[in-house]
Amino acid sequence: MSQGGSAPPGLAREVSMTIPVAPEMEIVATAQAAALGEYIAMTRDKIDEVKLALVEACINAFEHAECRDEQLHLTFRLGRDESREWLEVEVMDKGKGFNSAQVEEPSIEKSFVSHRKRGWGLQIIKSLMDEVEITSGVGGTRILMRKYK
Amino acid sequence: MSESCKVSAERRGDVAILRTDGYINNQGGEEIAREAYAQLEGGARALVLNLEKTRIVNSIGISILIEVLEKVMDRKGMLAFCGLTPTIDKTFRIMGLAQYAEIYPTQEDALRGVNPQPA
Repeated sequence: MSQGGSAPPGLAREVSMTIPVAPEMEIVATAQAAALGEYIAMTRDKIDEVKLALVEACINAFEHAECRDEQLHLTFRLGRDESREWLEVEVMDKGKGFNSAQVEEPSIEKSFVSHRKRGWGLQIIKSLMDEVEITSGVGGTRILMRKYK
Repeated sequence: MSESCKVSAERRGDVAILRTDGYINNQGGEEIAREAYAQLEGGARALVLNLEKTRIVNSIGISILIEVLEKVMDRKGMLAFCGLTPTIDKTFRIMGLAQYAEIYPTQEDALRGVNPQPA
């Protein structure tokens, strides 16, 4: 893990880490998100939302990405936008990518009539975070999500 | 490092209270389902899931809870949740669980909800 030192005002401070594609590694990542959220005195409820969004981004990649290096590359950034501080999490994999426009909108009613009850990850991420940007292609997928304090 | 979920059960008449402790992922969800199905087979009419010692439920865990909900609905039973963190509460509402199962702040509220008093 590498940590950025003190940055000039207005520039993000960041922490990077790599986790293996392995069970419960997403929980290791959430500890870092929680520590940075606490550093900027984000509320516990907002930190929990970041943690769950991060969990969903990680397990999506674990399950679907088929990462060539069997790793996820995470970057956590703290910054300030006008008067508001934020915590940003970037999740990158070197997997096969996907077309987010083709991801079917889930609903509980569809879940009831289907054996497949999954596919909620992106919906949860978008609902819990303030800003979400998804870039995906043959080189892999990058999910960038931001939560304001 | 494991945050595996522990599930304990208590029976009060035909109501089963399931308490979770820890991260609800696929394993935690399956543990809950196993206990829930055993309680239903044992004659429980209503299930109360007390999640006050759980801070994260991922979407795989919730998808298993939806399966439990389906089984309860098939039996014309009731499923109630209590002790949810605001994030878990929000996630259950995003996924529509709150349309088919009741959510209460406390276990006592949930027990009152699944055992309505006659007017």
